[in-house]
Amino acid sequence: MAAERREFKVIGKPHRRIDGVAKVTGATKFADDLALPGMLYCKLVRSTVPHARITRIDVTRALAAPGVKAVLTGKDLPIPFGILPVSQDEHALCLDVVRFIGDPVVAIAATSEDAAFDAMDLVEIDYEPLPQIPDVDTAARTPEPRIHDYGDEGNIHKKVSLVFGDVDEGFREADTVRDDLFFYEGNTHLPMEQHAALAQFDGDGKLVIWSSTQTPHYLHRALAKVLAPLAASHIRVIATPNGGGFGGKSDPFNHEIVVCKLAMLTGKPVKVSLTREEVFYCHRGRHPVLMRIKTGVKKDGSITAMHFQSWLDGGAYGSYGVASTYYTGALQTVTYPVKRYRFDGARFFTNKPPCGPKRGHGTPQPRYALEVQMDKIAEDLGTNPADLRLRHLVPANSVTANWLRVGSMGLGRCIETVVAASGFREKWHKLPEGRGVGLACGSYISGAGLPIYWNAMPHSGVQLKCDRGGGVTVFCGSTEIGQGSDSVLAYVVAELLGIDPFDIRVVTADTDLTPVDLGSYSSRVTLMTGNAAIQAAERARELLAKGAAAKLAIPESRVGFANRRVFDVEDPSKGMTFAEAVVAAESQFGTIGTVGSYVPPPSPGKYRGAGVGPSPAYSYTAAVCEVEVDKDTGIIVVKKTWIAHDIGRSINPVLVEGQVEGSVYMGLGEALMEEMIYRGNRNVVHKFPSLLEYKSPTTLEMCDVETHLIEDPDPNGPFGAKEVGQGPLLPMPPAIANAVYDAVRVRVDEIPITPDKVLKALRAKDRRYGPTKTPTVTWPEPIVVPPPWEGGTGKAVSGEGAKPIVIGAGGVRK
Amino acid sequence: MMRLPKFTYVRAKSVREAVRVMADAGPDASFVAGGTDLYPNMKRRQQTPKTVIGLSGVRELRRIAGKPETGLVIGAGATLTEVCEHSKVRKGHPALAKAVSLISTPILRNMGTIGGNVLLDTRCNYYDQNYEWRKGIHFCMKKDGDVCWVAPSSSRCWAVQSSDAVPVLCAIGARVALASQSGEREIAAVDLFRDDGIDYLTKRPDELLTEIRLPATNGWRATYWKLRRRGSFDFPVLSVAARLWFDGATVKDAKIILGAVGSSPLDAHESARLLIGKPLTEDTIRAAADAAYKPAKPLDNTDFAYAFRKEMAKQYVARALRDLA
Repeated sequence: MAAERREFKVIGKPHRRIDGVAKVTGATKFADDLALPGMLYCKLVRSTVPHARITRIDVTRALAAPGVKAVLTGKDLPIPFGILPVSQDEHALCLDVVRFIGDPVVAIAATSEDAAFDAMDLVEIDYEPLPQIPDVDTAARTPEPRIHDYGDEGNIHKKVSLVFGDVDEGFREADTVRDDLFFYEGNTHLPMEQHAALAQFDGDGKLVIWSSTQTPHYLHRALAKVLAPLAASHIRVIATPNGGGFGGKSDPFNHEIVVCKLAMLTGKPVKVSLTREEVFYCHRGRHPVLMRIKTGVKKDGSITAMHFQSWLDGGAYGSYGVASTYYTGALQTVTYPVKRYRFDGARFFTNKPPCGPKRGHGTPQPRYALEVQMDKIAEDLGTNPADLRLRHLVPANSVTANWLRVGSMGLGRCIETVVAASGFREKWHKLPEGRGVGLACGSYISGAGLPIYWNAMPHSGVQLKCDRGGGVTVFCGSTEIGQGSDSVLAYVVAELLGIDPFDIRVVTADTDLTPVDLGSYSSRVTLMTGNAAIQAAERARELLAKGAAAKLAIPESRVGFANRRVFDVEDPSKGMTFAEAVVAAESQFGTIGTVGSYVPPPSPGKYRGAGVGPSPAYSYTAAVCEVEVDKDTGIIVVKKTWIAHDIGRSINPVLVEGQVEGSVYMGLGEALMEEMIYRGNRNVVHKFPSLLEYKSPTTLEMCDVETHLIEDPDPNGPFGAKEVGQGPLLPMPPAIANAVYDAVRVRVDEIPITPDKVLKALRAKDRRYGPTKTPTVTWPEPIVVPPPWEGGTGKAVSGEGAKPIVIGAGGVRK
Repeated sequence: MMRLPKFTYVRAKSVREAVRVMADAGPDASFVAGGTDLYPNMKRRQQTPKTVIGLSGVRELRRIAGKPETGLVIGAGATLTEVCEHSKVRKGHPALAKAVSLISTPILRNMGTIGGNVLLDTRCNYYDQNYEWRKGIHFCMKKDGDVCWVAPSSSRCWAVQSSDAVPVLCAIGARVALASQSGEREIAAVDLFRDDGIDYLTKRPDELLTEIRLPATNGWRATYWKLRRRGSFDFPVLSVAARLWFDGATVKDAKIILGAVGSSPLDAHESARLLIGKPLTEDTIRAAADAAYKPAKPLDNTDFAYAFRKEMAKQYVARALRDLA
């Protein structure tokens, strides 16, 4: 198999991106660059109240306004949709209730954007206010009225309780038990590109939509549902290159559905370009999560038991929230062995833009809590935090208490690398006051083991076509969101066929032209499309080798591919060009086209909820941050970050480093300043939906970054590659929090760590700033699953999980 | 994208023409220089002038003339980049050069003018929002509504004076020239401002700010400190401009102006009084800095917690004074 190949021509080399020139010269066409003749412009009239019943909508004046061609209301699109099968709770336009300021109510299509904008003010909407639910506390206290008429209880969307082994017994075995509360404020993706979409409906009844979406396949499914009876086979979704996504373009969106419907009604192409404020309302970003983590350890630091609880503020809709809830409890076990584990999680509905997946999806919050608590445990035990972690690492090729199968595991090397590079041992607790270092780690999935909706089909498919002229075209449903996924396809195929990546044309993210790939989310693309591309390329290679072998009169096993030539490996002078090999193969077999696909291996967990957490491979990261804290102002400056990432193998080290640095930057912003906050006392309005006032770091705040790549090929990865898009963000917030403690000996148990919180902690008796209480939730009867070392089979022995059922992202593969 | 409302644009070629067009157009007109304040506000429908009088073609507004020793004159239309990079400004008025160099970003400083920054609309995060957002809070008294949401029981607007240049100009005693059809008048920079978020200028709408006249540099020293979240883009949420005259080691006179913690630049009289007649030591600095806590009256309508901004007034006054020690 490809993973065992030792000498590479393309893999591991710092090649240019295949879309690099187009991107830097401005030739790339993003969704907002597209225009069609006769195109109409769409604007959405959004709710100005946070929670209300719609009592009247009058669009007469708007429809009569100059240039206006069509006006839609919720009645025109009555079928609900949502990314998860269990949360079909959105409408393209609100039907009878609005749930947050920014919820779309009416859509206008006009001959110019100005005309559409002017008509917005002519729409008359009357609301009958409903009680506002601005936060988790209020949601917990207010079961009625419900924001949605589904969910586990009152305004609790989802409740989860999972138990792996006798946790109480585990705490009794412990020498010391820590019980800490943490809060991680919500924040948003802030992609440079604002969402845009253009829809066209032709005379043959076929619909095309170009959209800045990370998940064209899921959008395709949502459109087929909402636009019924229009057949799925008549809907074509083209994902344009995304100017950044980070999870914020992974849901099917109301504006996408609306422009399709408007195009169908008017017969004209219809375009929508969201404003930055509207992007804040699309949101689907990081959930605000309150967490309680109780951990028992022996004197040597080994964890005897952990009980993790999370309360998530979900906002107004389900989105990926059920998966997000499970994710806040899933990956605690893959770094340091946890002998017995319990997780309780609850997600609440509130009258705010919906939360969903942002880089790290549901895991940066618990990772922050866990890594800061590890730092506190090290302090309690009088141990260096690096040693505490190094002494207790999950072994490679093992199964965790919650039944996640860990393959390659490079965290030890990551820790040793950053500790040595940063001088952590020399600096920790030894720098002058006001200066400190902090260490933290993380781990992330390389693609989810299960799709969003239950099916037995591949997660990724690739078609490959070889042309007589020597050209190769790769077709794949994957979506380029800036991460370099198009280039990865070219590198993988070029490596196997012995040609240059720039000889390859890559066609992606078009539901008519490309086989399904589930989308650019969950750090799945390199691993899954890479494996599918390997399979397709190996099949093509086999055909070409047969053709060339016949022509050269040598056995097939002696045919080699390199430098655009196909040749006899025992006498490389004997051979032909790659194009000639295609001709030889095509003459023998007909048109040379092959396919490849990928399905992740089954997970050992078989209980309800086991669908969230499994992955073909886990990446690992360790980071050390050095900070300066001004004790008079509380202002924190992160001077430098040393970060080591276990990538398995780099397909392209420059792209890998780019992802690492991007994650450091995003993690830095979350740690220090970014927050999605609302005026709970003023209609739950978003405090500052703008790029100026939503504070995100500039280049001046960005720290120096020293990146180390740890390569230990994982058998499940293409050429051994694991993910890098999300994992490196995880250690940043806790590393900064731990460094702040080292600098001024205060604990800020809340993200972001702002200057005023540092000052408050400096003045507090317990030298801490953070949450002190949790809402009251009646947890469900837990699903009890014995861990592997207690004779478990991966199945639940009691609780409702004893009978496995499909719950969207949490489904169970039988 | 956000769209500008419709308006008539008139490009003036001279001050005389600009003020004549303004007089003819009446209260529905607005001057525009760099447009970095006005146009975003217009997109958000905070201001909707029917006539916009462009000043970028008025050459006389862009000159920087005179000598710092006798009094430098800066045309209101000079860009912020021109001001902060001008050798005479840098040498003679480093505090002003620093304050101007900290405004926004390099790209916006290339467009924005010193006059525009001096007249900057007061800011508030209940007000600097687009039309739809403001509709969600039933608007506020500064535009389209009748309540000040940051202090609902108050009868006035508490939007914040957010210019970086203004505190320095007030501290050093600069004067400004205002032209209209009835002639020119010169007033002290400090008298240009009124402590009201809506009616924040004493300038009449028909008057055009033409020049900023800096005092002679004869022995005083000044500095500027700015608190904001990030090192670029952000408006100040607290600023301190200080000017001291020394007689040997003794402070002969002092002026300390706090910016961005009220609707107008605030004179920290008590802090200044505590310094006069004393040497500038860590003790006198601390006493003066502590006295700056009281006059600073930040409210919850900018970035950062307002209690933190109030507290930082002490820290930033101390830091500014240490600069001058």
